[in-house]
Amino acid sequence: MNQWAFVVAAYGVTAAGTAIMSFVSWRTMRRAETAAEALPGRA
Amino acid sequence: MHRFANPARFLKIARPLTGWLFWPGLLLLIAGAACGLWLTPADYLQGDTVRILYIHVPAAWLGMGGWTGIALAALMQLVWRHPLAGVAGRAIAAPGALFTAICLATGSIWGRPTWGTWWEWDGRMTSMLVLFFLYLGYIALANASARQGQAAGQGGVSTVTAIFGLVGAVNIPIINRSVVWWNSLHQGPSITLRGSSIDGSLLWPLGLTLLGFTLWFAAIVLMRMRAILAQNKVEARMQRLARG
Repeated sequence: MNQWAFVVAAYGVTAAGTAIMSFVSWRTMRRAETAAEALPGRA
Repeated sequence: MHRFANPARFLKIARPLTGWLFWPGLLLLIAGAACGLWLTPADYLQGDTVRILYIHVPAAWLGMGGWTGIALAALMQLVWRHPLAGVAGRAIAAPGALFTAICLATGSIWGRPTWGTWWEWDGRMTSMLVLFFLYLGYIALANASARQGQAAGQGGVSTVTAIFGLVGAVNIPIINRSVVWWNSLHQGPSITLRGSSIDGSLLWPLGLTLLGFTLWFAAIVLMRMRAILAQNKVEARMQRLARG
């Protein structure tokens, strides 16, 4: 049983989850703040 | 905490803080993971699979810590009517669920070479799976209450959702004590207030990944809170325009 295959799989799952969450959260924030800044008659 | 009840005051602090938490957090977690992968020795019994420790433990910590944050936010919403508490609860839910899922996945991957099985219905694993389902339930309730306009304050969550967040916290001590109360394949507590049963040569990168993931998690929560507040602002303006 190659132990490194399990290590790589665990780190791969974590890296993918972390990267996707970072990207989605950042994009949602940017889109929402851009829309809020573009509101007509913004104070 | 009521000093930050004003979204404008909160955003003034949250905007610079997001980057200050995100980039050092990312750097620390990458450094900790790299050190854990290449600079620590293999365990005499588990071999190289012990390196999964450096991501599994922070994932468990953030999965449980996330729900503790939701429960505290719920308490602040229900008792002190803090307008940003519900927003914080909503913002914590998705990254908390992600880390609970990562904890379950990495634990399962670690279990196969160590215990000879991917899964066992014992106290620790089952209570962690229950936590994952609690997160899904909280997210569904929060989204439904936000869509139906029942959320209190600035895009927060309904009272029912907050109560669910508070009641669900009963699972946190159960997860923590599960390896003591019931027979389990999972090891007992390795790190306690009295010290650690893990050798120092293996333990040190865990501090880096724990701190790194925690800072990263806080930055993601701030990003999501900023998004909710901005969406709420747009929605409120649209409703005012529609009313004329």
